[in-house]
Amino acid sequence: MHLTSIDWVIMVVYFSFVLGIGIALKRYMKTSTDFFLSGRSIPAWITGLAFISANLGAQEVIGMGASGAKYGIATSHFYWIGAIPAMVFVGVFMMPFYYGSRARSVPEYLKLRFDEKTRGLNGISFAVMTVFSSGISLYAMGKLLGTLLGWSFNVSVLVSAVIVLAYVFLGGLTSAIYNEVLQFFLIVFGFAPLVFLGLKDAGGWTGLQSRLSTVATASGFGSGAWSESWRYMGQPSSNPMGVEWFGLAMGLGFVLSFGYWCTDFLVVQRAMAADSMSAARRTPLIAAVPKMFFPFLVILPGMIAIALTYQAGSSGFVLPKKLDGTFDYDLAIPMMLGHYFPTGMLGIGLTALMASFMSGMAGNVTAFNTVWTYDIYQSYIKRGASDQHYLWMGRMATVFGIAISVAAAYVATRFNNIMDMLQLVFAFVNAPLFATFLLGMFWKRATGHGAFLGLLSGTTAAALHHGFTLPANAVVGVKGGWFGALHVYPSEMAQNFWTAIFAWTTCFVITIVVSIMTKPRAENELAGLVYSLTERPKQDREVWYRRPAALGVVVLIMTLVLNLLFW
Amino acid sequence: MRLDIRLPIGLMFALLGALLVISGLVVSPEEYKRSLGININTIWGAVMFVFGLIMLLLGRRGSAGMRSSEEGPEGRAIEAEEKEAGLETPGSIH
Repeated sequence: MHLTSIDWVIMVVYFSFVLGIGIALKRYMKTSTDFFLSGRSIPAWITGLAFISANLGAQEVIGMGASGAKYGIATSHFYWIGAIPAMVFVGVFMMPFYYGSRARSVPEYLKLRFDEKTRGLNGISFAVMTVFSSGISLYAMGKLLGTLLGWSFNVSVLVSAVIVLAYVFLGGLTSAIYNEVLQFFLIVFGFAPLVFLGLKDAGGWTGLQSRLSTVATASGFGSGAWSESWRYMGQPSSNPMGVEWFGLAMGLGFVLSFGYWCTDFLVVQRAMAADSMSAARRTPLIAAVPKMFFPFLVILPGMIAIALTYQAGSSGFVLPKKLDGTFDYDLAIPMMLGHYFPTGMLGIGLTALMASFMSGMAGNVTAFNTVWTYDIYQSYIKRGASDQHYLWMGRMATVFGIAISVAAAYVATRFNNIMDMLQLVFAFVNAPLFATFLLGMFWKRATGHGAFLGLLSGTTAAALHHGFTLPANAVVGVKGGWFGALHVYPSEMAQNFWTAIFAWTTCFVITIVVSIMTKPRAENELAGLVYSLTERPKQDREVWYRRPAALGVVVLIMTLVLNLLFW
Repeated sequence: MRLDIRLPIGLMFALLGALLVISGLVVSPEEYKRSLGININTIWGAVMFVFGLIMLLLGRRGSAGMRSSEEGPEGRAIEAEEKEAGLETPGSIH
């Protein structure tokens, strides 16, 4: 890929704006609430766009494009039965407790609802995970920019770390949120022409469909396996994902997506920064609208890439292969940028790609500095210091959080498996979480001991399930089976979904059993924290499109239509 | 928070759009073989420029989107109800 001066100018303009926003916001950062929660003063449409943008990191853009090529349109299940229903649920049902309890973080909600040890377990594991996720993001970016542009890994990693550090250090969460909105628009404007050009090259949607049927039959599936999302989900063997509808709906839809979108502080923090309860509840619902169309922006290019590889278009695009002869799916979107974009537009596309890496990293960093400062430092290391001291600590946490990320990125260059291992451990920790929150918010009898033991046993169940099973054609190790493979799943994805289902169910059952055996908390202590003991927020004075429940229904109907259109 | 995010967004997109339009006029037609013969720079640059202007206009007008909820009658009513329900403590909005 060859850059000319115009591409460089575009990058410089973008990064000047990114830093400029941080500098402009610095004078508003007077208290720790300003820094960690944006003083709870941001309108819903901004927090809404930041809500999806914080998740729109490297894994999303590169990974979804790769899955689009590998699995076809079935990848959109990650959105249409995964993210969207979960986002509606968190907005309509859970946000009243997050925002209403005045908790400053998700672990702090657990402290208010359950007890100190549950908060500690969640806070510490979350802090470790976010810092390493941001390291994974950095590593992926450094590697990609090296492959595409021949930039040195050191320069890519250090320059982007310094930019993220600068704007989060100066403007805290507000700066991260404002930049996420900027990145959101840049990603949309940077990738939309790519989809347009790719589709034109493939002969429109019908042309793409017929090319994809070549892909499907060549891979030994029915002709619509790449272009129809539900029709091939009856059996694991009839679709490239190797999953069936039940594992998909329960594992991905219910456990994994609800677990992520409803309990991950990285995204929930954006809604907590909203200026009112109503705005906080509308945040994920507003986010859901663009989110449901994201498959067309990030999955479709991958589908186009694989379609043109099997049946060439006029421009001769082909997906590159790895050394071992398999397709390098991760390069689908980056290679298309280089193939279709002339200099100028290429600058915009590459800047959008870098913006997506950085927004993912900044999201992790702001979540980390808040959980570190409030849930670890203030709770266990230094209580009762002045607010200015915690503001200072937040800035310090930003610095060492990013320093650890950079170190993790370098470790990954030496031991690539370490990143796979870490992601596996994160999956074990995250899988049971949603059961804890569901019981905490909707069952007043759930106790702190129950929640704590439920979480521990859920994580253990995930590890055991992974240790006793193996995906087809995989070797024992990171992929599972280290206790002996009792069961073989048709694909890695099926194994992941079922690991999540086992972990969730174990956590759910153990939390209930232990709760019944332990002493419940007094009901008056739980007002504002549990559904049945909290007065419903009144909505009658608002016009219908500002009411969370009405918005939620609209979002769900739109998602249903999308599912049916691409059935 | 007094900085309206639409102003920097508008300014940036207007600037990037203008840069793209200029590059569309300057870059040799040979380059557009890649984009299937379409001068995507000029077309998309114009779209981005217009989007930037719209954002600037909305930001300049400073419409309801950016104000604190306590500055409008509807917002005040909601805040009051939330306080009544014990969901918000007074003085928590800056």
